[in-house]
Amino acid sequence: MTEDQDSIRKASRRSGGRSGTVRRPRRPPAFIAIPATIGLALFALPVLGLLGRAPWRRLATLLGSDLALEALRLSAISSVSAAVISLLLGVPVAWTLCRYDFPGRSLLRGLVLLPMVLPPVVGGAALLFALGRRGLVGSPLYEATGLVLPFSTGGVILAGVFVAMPLMVLTVEGGLRSLDHRFERAAETLGAGRWTVLRRVTIPMIAPSVVAGTALTWARALGEFGATLTFAGNLEGRTQTLPLAVFVALESDRDAALALSLVMVIVSLAVLVALRDHWWRSR
Amino acid sequence: MRPGLDSRLMMRREGFRLDVVLGIDPGQTVALLGPNGAGKTTVVGALSGLVPLDGGYIRLGGRILEDPVTGTLVGPAERRIGVMFQDGVLFPHLSALENVAFGLRSRRVPRREARRRAAGWLEAVGLDALSGRRPDRLSGGQRQRVALARALITEPAMLLLDEPFSALDVSSRAGLRRMLQDHLADFEGPSLLITHDPTEAFLLADRLVVLENGSVVQEGNADQIRLRPASPYAADLAGVNLVVGTASGRVLTVGNHRLVVPEAASGRVIATIHPRAISIHLDRPGGSPRNSWPTRIERIDHHADRVRVQTGHPLPVTAEITPDAQTGLNLAPGSEVWLSVKATEIQVNAG
Repeated sequence: MTEDQDSIRKASRRSGGRSGTVRRPRRPPAFIAIPATIGLALFALPVLGLLGRAPWRRLATLLGSDLALEALRLSAISSVSAAVISLLLGVPVAWTLCRYDFPGRSLLRGLVLLPMVLPPVVGGAALLFALGRRGLVGSPLYEATGLVLPFSTGGVILAGVFVAMPLMVLTVEGGLRSLDHRFERAAETLGAGRWTVLRRVTIPMIAPSVVAGTALTWARALGEFGATLTFAGNLEGRTQTLPLAVFVALESDRDAALALSLVMVIVSLAVLVALRDHWWRSR
Repeated sequence: MRPGLDSRLMMRREGFRLDVVLGIDPGQTVALLGPNGAGKTTVVGALSGLVPLDGGYIRLGGRILEDPVTGTLVGPAERRIGVMFQDGVLFPHLSALENVAFGLRSRRVPRREARRRAAGWLEAVGLDALSGRRPDRLSGGQRQRVALARALITEPAMLLLDEPFSALDVSSRAGLRRMLQDHLADFEGPSLLITHDPTEAFLLADRLVVLENGSVVQEGNADQIRLRPASPYAADLAGVNLVVGTASGRVLTVGNHRLVVPEAASGRVIATIHPRAISIHLDRPGGSPRNSWPTRIERIDHHADRVRVQTGHPLPVTAEITPDAQTGLNLAPGSEVWLSVKATEIQVNAG
């Protein structure tokens, strides 16, 4: 996006579409500013606390330890895998919920969002009952393939998908809902078949939502703790992701916990800030 | 079977029924006029294939597009009806050139060939310099031109123009209208213009169809509707006086008659005067109206709550007055009267 275009967009948003004269006031009044400052402080203070206590000098050594490296590697693999799986499954789920009318749709929508409000520990336990070695699906799965999900890296990924995919569904469904149907109709009248409409109109037009959904899903999977611990356990090198490693290290080595926390804060914040700039600006 | 469009569109919705017989010859432009809620949008949806018919049929160029009785239903992609949508509906993520090329690419024309032909069409609508721009960086009028080129490039069997002027300001309307006039004249298939603006309909269409509450209340050319409007709405739209003349500053010359208009213009213009804005006097009016002239009444038509008075030389117009006023002034065909209209009641469009 060029700067020129950007400024046009900003100008038109400020003035509600017309090239106008309405200016955004520079400063909120006190009755907004004071509670807003307290609210923002609530977000900022813990981060500042972390930065203040961080063992900057020993950071390289701490992060270079076997435990830290293993956790980093595992977190990277499992969060990216969870985001990719959520993308492949979540977009069709959002599509179905948004575009088709069928009995039980509200129930399904509630079900999809359930992991967002459920305590992750409960989610992990539910996963265990369903997919554990003696679980509803886990048992026949084991008999047939010998595959055991709990206490494996696969289990970590699955827990991440379970907890984070609702964010993908929500974001993409929102994007689909706000997409004006007339664009797809216009494409049809121009001779485009279903696949062409999808590939050249629908997907490019909801791309910002899909990208935002993927990033949010990834960030959520990266931070996943409760469901992972319950369903996949805390096995070093196999299921011990960064949050679990932080939890363990808090008991034994505070500096290591701080160093690992710092990594998570910086990476997550970078992703969210980048997202805000690129994809949420036009909303 | 006629070679153009031959259709009967029957649709039922909750609280609404549409039943419209619509035929358009090749090369002919029909304007479909109607108030909001008359069913114009439903007609667009039915013809373009986006909403299925409940009854009736659609034939285009001898090809059956839809017939619920036999179950024939050709999808929008295969109808070959070029639609110019309200507000353009250009793809916001594609450049003007890619928007125009879209229809060809959808028909598997190779990219290079599609782009070459799209560039030609952009040139034909005067936008070759802006081919790389996205729709959000084009003006309303430019967007509609791109939409026209996008619809025409696929060489459709029929053109469907859905309120092409509704999103435009007065100054961009004239430009788009001239362009549409040129392209409609060259277009060999039938064209349907959906509009609620009688001026655009008179200027672009060969025939008008008036739609109200889901059915056709009248069809014919502007004069036929003017003489015998079948409903108050038809009377209203056909009654609008169109005056074509040459402007110089705030003076509009029509034949050897002069009118003072509210804003300065130059060259050929089309002015519209609503019949209710014209008042009739027995003697030369004094006071503020600067436009007044003597004339003779040619014809008087009575409608439920109004009387339409047609006058002759030097500027034939229709005025609308109340039955009481007619009785009071004792008007009859042949009466010598004075007409007056305030300059501010004259709307000027560039011709």
